[in-house]
Amino acid sequence: MTGQAHRDPFFHGDGITLRFGGLTALSGVGFHVRRNSLQAIIGPNGAGKTSLFNVITGIYRMDDGEVHLEGKRISGLPPHGVARHGIVRTFQNLEIFTNMTVLENVLTGGHLLVKYGLADFFFRTPRFFREERDLRERAVTALDFVGLSSHRNLPAGQLPFGSQRLLEIARALSAEPRILLLDEPAAGLNMKETTALGDLIRRIVERGITVVMVEHDMDLVMRISERILVLNYGEVIASGTPAEIQRDPAVVAAYLGEE
Amino acid sequence: MRVRIGGHVTGFLAFAAAAMLLPFALPNEYYLTVLIVGGFHVILVIGLNLLMGFAGQVSLGHAAFYGLSAYTTGILTGTYHWPVPAGIAAGLLLVTAVAYLIGLPTLKLRGHYLAMGTLGFGIIVYIVFNEATAVTGGPSGFSGIPKLSFGGRVVSSDREYYYVVWGAALLLFALAQNLVRSRVGRALRAIHTSETAAAVLGVDTGRYKTFVFVLSAFYAAVAGALYAHYVTFVSPGSFGFHTSVLLVTMVVLGGMASLWGAVMGALFLTLLPEALRAIENFDILIYGAILVLCMMYLPGGLAEGARKCWDAARSLARRGSAGPAADGGGPGR
Repeated sequence: MTGQAHRDPFFHGDGITLRFGGLTALSGVGFHVRRNSLQAIIGPNGAGKTSLFNVITGIYRMDDGEVHLEGKRISGLPPHGVARHGIVRTFQNLEIFTNMTVLENVLTGGHLLVKYGLADFFFRTPRFFREERDLRERAVTALDFVGLSSHRNLPAGQLPFGSQRLLEIARALSAEPRILLLDEPAAGLNMKETTALGDLIRRIVERGITVVMVEHDMDLVMRISERILVLNYGEVIASGTPAEIQRDPAVVAAYLGEE
Repeated sequence: MRVRIGGHVTGFLAFAAAAMLLPFALPNEYYLTVLIVGGFHVILVIGLNLLMGFAGQVSLGHAAFYGLSAYTTGILTGTYHWPVPAGIAAGLLLVTAVAYLIGLPTLKLRGHYLAMGTLGFGIIVYIVFNEATAVTGGPSGFSGIPKLSFGGRVVSSDREYYYVVWGAALLLFALAQNLVRSRVGRALRAIHTSETAAAVLGVDTGRYKTFVFVLSAFYAAVAGALYAHYVTFVSPGSFGFHTSVLLVTMVVLGGMASLWGAVMGALFLTLLPEALRAIENFDILIYGAILVLCMMYLPGGLAEGARKCWDAARSLARRGSAGPAADGGGPGR
């Protein structure tokens, strides 16, 4: 894995280790994501997939290892510092701002794209109105993209579950990320919704955003990902194209148990 | 498609006009005094609602900031004969600095722990007011604070003072409204529901929490300075735990995350004891019962109640006239 990392230095992690007391959640995990591709991360429950996302986004502090985006070190930054580098995520257990409308959620996603200062919002300068208008346009575009713009003025908590998942994606997109981390985006969705979600994720990649996705739905993973990384007990056990992963004996053993 | 001059501007202008005209409708000076005190509470509760209602950070020590500012300007102008504006400026500055220093460590705490931290701070300040007798006058209070004056022009009548207090309240209301309807307001509300989600979207949660904590202390400090130069006497009892709890009650009763709620909650709980004064002995019971009923039937506070009434009135008007009903905002947030 480490040898690969130098071929395309876009987004990669090396030797990522995370311990909770005596428990090692991640042990020397390396990954390497190509620009403008869709990388899936799979593995049995408790394999450390979400921990890896938490470490990348600075929610947990890794005990060892490094993450780089285009040669810049991301590891060690607080969550808002990671976001500043264009890495934005969604959550497996939805973290919608239920005290806001759908549109306000997405406007909050664009937090870093607005630069106006204290005096601008206290005294309503032209700059304030200009930037708010731009932000609003971007937010509506993001809502259109996921198909939620007709619900924009609804309280976010009133959306059905599947739409809340889409709202999280729209909120992340309005931050105009370079890397979008999706944590189990299909969890709790029915088959029809999952198919639509797969198409949506592909369209996100086509827009030039690199997507890393943790997902349990194998049909979805195999259908839309370019590369797959397999974790088990906090270690990388395989990495490759969907076809390669399906044939990998270590992966089969991890999922089905050894003979 | 959406014009920025929405319901909130109209609402504010109506509120400002009402506040400016009200003194002409009052039967006597006593009501003016009550409304001046109401103005102090409105300023305090707007600030505390920014912190509690919007950002979700509970402060049980807000009366300490109120008192610290009142005592600072009171002592500097009373004992050391500073000009009043200088004393007020010193009070505001001191409270801002203290809030910043207190905020840095305490805002790392969450939920109940933050409440306990601010509670402890409030109690310490209260003890200092009581025990530093040489400076503060101790439990019997500090008197001889000069009346409010700017460059020799003394604000002597209650009517003038009313306009000073409500001018300040309206200005601070407008600033809070502008803050709430901006990226900062959204970031604060985001912190309220999910600090983690706010942080991964790029909100520097620590900085925003410190900012809103200091800002809400500043609001309390403005109220404290106006209090000191109106009453011309300060004593520890006005700035103890009871006051902090009263302010929190005003925020919750008025409506969390609603500036209109802050105004309603502050005025309601200022006027209610005055209205109940006629029925002595039972006033506390009725006061309590009214609070319980409000919270049972209006969990969203008085602001929610007002919004419901407004919506009901509008739909009635629409049905009555069957003409083109007014569209757009409503009073909103």
